[in-house]
Amino acid sequence: MKISTLWYCFLQGLKNIKRNLLFSLASVGTIVACLFLFGTFYAIVMNFEAIMQQMEESVAVTVFFDSGISQEKIDEIGEAIRVRPEVNTMDFMSAEDAWKQYSNELFHGDQEKIDAAFGTDNPLADYASYNITITEVEKQVEFVEFLEGLDGVRKVKSSEATAKQLESINALVGYASVGVIVILLLVSIFLISNTITIGITIRKEEISIMKLIGATDFFVRTPFIVEGITIGLVGSAIPCVFLFFMYKMVTDFLTNTFSDLASWLKFLPRNEVFQVLVPVCLLIGVGIGFVGSLITTRKHLKV
Amino acid sequence: MLVLDHVTMKYPTGTTALNDVSITIEKGEFVFIVGSSGSGKTTLMKLLLKELDPTAGTIMINGKDYSKVKRKDIPKIRRDIGVVFQNFRLLKDRNVYENVAFAQRIVETPPRYIRRQVPSMLTMVGLGDKYKSFPKELSGGEQQRVALARALVNNPSILLADEPTGNLDPKNSWDIMNLLEEVNKRGTTVVVVTHNREIVNAMKKRVVTLKKGTIISDEKKGGYIDED
Repeated sequence: MKISTLWYCFLQGLKNIKRNLLFSLASVGTIVACLFLFGTFYAIVMNFEAIMQQMEESVAVTVFFDSGISQEKIDEIGEAIRVRPEVNTMDFMSAEDAWKQYSNELFHGDQEKIDAAFGTDNPLADYASYNITITEVEKQVEFVEFLEGLDGVRKVKSSEATAKQLESINALVGYASVGVIVILLLVSIFLISNTITIGITIRKEEISIMKLIGATDFFVRTPFIVEGITIGLVGSAIPCVFLFFMYKMVTDFLTNTFSDLASWLKFLPRNEVFQVLVPVCLLIGVGIGFVGSLITTRKHLKV
Repeated sequence: MLVLDHVTMKYPTGTTALNDVSITIEKGEFVFIVGSSGSGKTTLMKLLLKELDPTAGTIMINGKDYSKVKRKDIPKIRRDIGVVFQNFRLLKDRNVYENVAFAQRIVETPPRYIRRQVPSMLTMVGLGDKYKSFPKELSGGEQQRVALARALVNNPSILLADEPTGNLDPKNSWDIMNLLEEVNKRGTTVVVVTHNREIVNAMKKRVVTLKKGTIISDEKKGGYIDED
């Protein structure tokens, strides 16, 4: 096929959008609406999962040691823990620091009262500890068992209930979000391809005329495919641009309005969300535009 | 040359539209195919355009056996057959020039030739000044002239006209028939399917009469035969 013919087919595809303006707008509108819903839900789910992750990571396990244990032995235990894959962060608190922190909370920093009550004694002499956060809350039980089995460890403190609740919520959100995203995706695909199919079907007479005067399948189909891809591209780009700006506005608004919750209400950076969302939306829009027009024209080409 | 040799067409519904039809049309002939509704005229046109394949028999156009033509080669055959329909079948969203140019674009005629040949063809059918009009802005006769220009612009060896005057008044009908005769005089084989008794009787051309799918008459310089 000549370049000039290809160019003609390409231009005809673009002109078809203008010729069938109402259908084109309806198609773009459908794609925008579907992908806007999909994108919004995707952004919410991603942020919810990130917040859940932060909460999981804040669930700490505290390890206390046998009475009279040496600092070398504590360091040795620390090394054994540090190499475990479950460990996210790990902080050591000496018995002195523990007492200092506790006494300050108890006596509001009044050193005279502390000295009068305890002198130089440290009631928390056996409470040096490692404070550990883990990467996945589901592994807490297994990790605690490992810690309890270490030589020199007296006690391991963990909140099993919190861990289990977070684990359940996480699983629930995981299943629900996958389910809703899949449903939204299927509904989008159905609506978009249906709109494109209707748009082409109402022009089957045009296709039949072209075929009867000797046009090849390629010649008839190419403008429709160009049209489908362009509509898909425009329809998917609009919600991406809109969501891109809206995301910043909404997250800024929520962060400022709920500043008291700032410790756990941390939204994902915009780029992190959109580096996945944009290609997925474009792929859906362009992909359905391409496949939809390809399949529908094929149906009417048998003339 | 156009040959139908013992052609039978049975639809899946069981209806036999054509039954053992044999016709030979020589190059440069002008032939009317006549018959009442249900006689098989439309099926015959569809077979000649390879919209349908016969259930039995052979169709050959310019030496090519239709049964041996692959699907991808059908456009090449159709490009050598100009076709005019009763309801014109123009592309409604394109103007007169684009409708005619379209037929040239599909055979990849260089744009400079298109710019030269389309106005010349439109002038021949008497629409030189209406090239910017859209089909809905034209009368029935004018639309049929556009369809004729589109059918002829690639210089086909055969022109099939399916009820070309069916939607036209007598004056426009005669204008179109005169154009078809003119085309025929230039060497194009013309096959016209029609109901128009007056035109068939006046033109004194070969007339093939179909009834219930079979040929009941084939006369040179014939006339319209009442089947009853």
